[in-house]
Amino acid sequence: MEHIVIIGNGISGVTLARHIRKLSDKKITIVSAETDYFFSRTALMYVYMGHMKFENTQPYENWFWEKNNIILKKGYVNTVDTSSKTLHFEEGDTLTYDKLVIATGSKPNKFGWPGQDLKGVMGMYHKQDLEQLERYAPNNEICKHAVIVGGGLIGIELAEMLNSRSIPVTFLVREASFWNGVLPKGESAMITRHIKNHHIDLRLSSNLREIKSDNNGKVTSIIIDETGEEIPCNVVGLTAGVTPNIDFLKNSDIELGRGVKVNRFLETNISDVYAIGDCAEQHEAIGNRRPIEAVWYTGRMMGETLAQTICGNKMAYNPGHWFNSAKFLDIEYQTYGWVFGERGRPGYEQHFHWKHDDDTKCITIAYHKNTNEFLGINTFGIRMRHEVFDRWLTEKRDVDYVIHHLPEANFDPEFYSRFENDILKTYKNTLQTIS
Amino acid sequence: MSLAKPDALGINNKQKAAVAIGVIGLFILTLALLNTNFPNQGVFLTLALSAIIGGTLWFSREAYLAKHEGIKNDGVWFKSISSRGILGWILGVVLTTFYIVLYFFPKYLGLGTNGEANTGLIALFDPLSQLLSGRNASQWFVYGTLYTVAILAFGYKFILKYRHNRYQQLRTVSVMFFQLGFAFLIPEFMYVMNNDLPYYDLKSIWPLNYYIFDEWSVKGFLSSGNIGLALLIFGILSIFVFTPILTYKYGKRWYCSWVCGCGGLAETAGDSFRQLSSKKMYAWKIERWLIHVVLVFSVIMTTAVVYTYLGYDKNDFWLTRGVFISLVIGLLTLVFAATMIFKRQELAKDAKYGAISFFIAIALLLFMHFTGTTDHLFYIKAGALRAAYGIYIGSIFSGVIGTGFYPILGNRSWCRFGCPMAAILGLQQRLFSKFRITTNGGQCISCGNCSTYCEMGIDVRAYAQKGENIVRSSCVGCGICSAVCPRGVLKLENDSMKGRINSKDVLLGNDVDLMELVNQK
Repeated sequence: MEHIVIIGNGISGVTLARHIRKLSDKKITIVSAETDYFFSRTALMYVYMGHMKFENTQPYENWFWEKNNIILKKGYVNTVDTSSKTLHFEEGDTLTYDKLVIATGSKPNKFGWPGQDLKGVMGMYHKQDLEQLERYAPNNEICKHAVIVGGGLIGIELAEMLNSRSIPVTFLVREASFWNGVLPKGESAMITRHIKNHHIDLRLSSNLREIKSDNNGKVTSIIIDETGEEIPCNVVGLTAGVTPNIDFLKNSDIELGRGVKVNRFLETNISDVYAIGDCAEQHEAIGNRRPIEAVWYTGRMMGETLAQTICGNKMAYNPGHWFNSAKFLDIEYQTYGWVFGERGRPGYEQHFHWKHDDDTKCITIAYHKNTNEFLGINTFGIRMRHEVFDRWLTEKRDVDYVIHHLPEANFDPEFYSRFENDILKTYKNTLQTIS
Repeated sequence: MSLAKPDALGINNKQKAAVAIGVIGLFILTLALLNTNFPNQGVFLTLALSAIIGGTLWFSREAYLAKHEGIKNDGVWFKSISSRGILGWILGVVLTTFYIVLYFFPKYLGLGTNGEANTGLIALFDPLSQLLSGRNASQWFVYGTLYTVAILAFGYKFILKYRHNRYQQLRTVSVMFFQLGFAFLIPEFMYVMNNDLPYYDLKSIWPLNYYIFDEWSVKGFLSSGNIGLALLIFGILSIFVFTPILTYKYGKRWYCSWVCGCGGLAETAGDSFRQLSSKKMYAWKIERWLIHVVLVFSVIMTTAVVYTYLGYDKNDFWLTRGVFISLVIGLLTLVFAATMIFKRQELAKDAKYGAISFFIAIALLLFMHFTGTTDHLFYIKAGALRAAYGIYIGSIFSGVIGTGFYPILGNRSWCRFGCPMAAILGLQQRLFSKFRITTNGGQCISCGNCSTYCEMGIDVRAYAQKGENIVRSSCVGCGICSAVCPRGVLKLENDSMKGRINSKDVLLGNDVDLMELVNQK
């Protein structure tokens, strides 16, 4: 029986294993050094905030794996010998495979800051990061102040986490407005205000110079590069993006770039070795996507696709329309299709922006300047239907159609106020101003 | 009441004061319980209830109004009261004891027997009862008042907690209204109008209201003239006509989380315990059997009770035992046959076996009526059956366990495992209703907030992460899964029956060819 070994028990590896099991009775082993069982990484924040227990983050009960004949192995892979198809574990034992899938995800970026490995400095990605945070920031007496470095989605989550335990936070963000590398101006400005409203000390255009420690190697303060200001703190969160977690492959024959290089079939340069999820790097980016997509949904999609290939129905990774979501404190965000911020926006992309007076809801619709084709939507504080936008993108609807049919896409709970009329009115006014 | 343990998230000084005020109110009630004779009972009762309500309202305002609108679950699993900590267990024991005394030893609450005057706690409530209906209080009046106070005070708390969510607000106003009006005030006024009428909470529908077809109840209705007859007919129409129509249109939520009193208490005072319901597969298995066994028990019990007091002779009344039994058999056969013919493919294996065996059992027993000569349907004395149901289901299951165990088993264990009304509505919701919880394409990140906060113990995430809609018989449509979802994945909806149940293997967002290939059935 063919033995499929998957390194990594995150969403990519687990989705792959589940789909292989549906299609075949191959022997499947999932290897992880992080946890015994699959858990939802996106939910770690809720454990610290007391919304959930760690068990609640596990989508499958512990009996699920045995029942589905999926072997779970806890261990850290030191090296991969592709010539003998053998994994060597740190603990000394080995495991042979017929097909190997690398699904090891990411690790937090560290940019060589002085003091980045001190006690009390951590990312927020692995379960071990959560344990570290629980140790160094259990409450606002032990952790009187925390500094977060890097204004992305994990940074804002970490700020929300610390806020939930009333730990004062200083939030260093490189950009001049929160996440404006991704978000258009109006949205970025609204989220920036929202963060400040939550009493988070947001420092824009600020970088980290160094982290200082006491004699025991524990964090005591940080220095802001631009101003030289020293901020005393007990915890530093490094959330300036993530990078593929592939150091253990450095001495293998597998071709690496920033991630594990794969073709559209998610195959590496070595036969019978594949990579999926955050750690996979496409030779050429697909459409507007980045070569490395560190997103929950794409990891799942790669797992769904590779299962077909491994079970004999060779299939290229060919994702559909882009979508994503996040939550910024109390404001939910969804995106369908492509809406670019200032940076990297194609010349043909034009925006229609609407914002509610209460400063917690807005949408941005991107369309083609010449053809009026609908390109994508960002929606904040209003839930919208994935299926509807996916269809409109496929049908290549124009912006006019989308605005007039917005009520069809609404996904807010029943009895919520609706804003389609207001949006339509703003749209018509905008058109008049333009023409 | 609102005792949030400040181990992880401190409560502020105003909240401590609010708790103190609430405790003073409870203390007055406790003194009364210990037979302290208050000089002016009306004043002290007002004082006690005002302190409890006022303390809760103040606490809630401090807890939520100073914060931004949004989900307020910070520290839920750190607080002793809401995570089966020591406070949770103490509260569980106190509530359970209260229910045991209420149901089985009302004299300890001060109920006067043999025409004696009330004492203790019940006497304290005499002035309010006199005011409303001109009679002295009973243990049920005390219970009803406290129950209503709990729903109103904690309903206010819930409305503040979800002040960004109009669905939650409206449904809470609805349960507060139905409790205050239908369960508490109207029956008292009905008594004033016509004191032959049995206590009748119009929204309490058979089989939840298991005593409505008891002999004393039916006689009470029939001896009260047209109004009584109208009420009896309303009770019959409620279960056989109104309920199916409303459940078809809106799902069982129209009752369970908008109208019902048990649901009302669970959604308000019980809200802090919703995360304690078990999401494990074995709990679901127990639930499926237990709730349907209770349903069958209640049908048999009611049939037997009605059968017993009906006559044989057509001259007395058109509804004789023979006619009645034929009606019951006819109705059960109709429902059963329709389900098997039209919905067979939607039933899981165990549901089929269960349905068939239940049906055979009931049919056999009922047919014995025509062949047997005994006066006792099913060879069991109907009175014994009725008494057993009243004690084990009506009192112990729904009260002692159902509410007393809020801080241990979660706030809906009666609704989930025991309520025969929920079972009927659930069967209909699963098989014949427009209601579903829609999953938003491929947006689920499997975080598990939905499952954690489902009071009915539904593993919502298991469906959402597959892109499947949630169509579960137990779902009471409280809408909290949708509220706590950080990615806007869930929406309660009434839409067409077609495509309502949609099992999927690949989610939206992937290669369209792959999706088609894999999702083909």
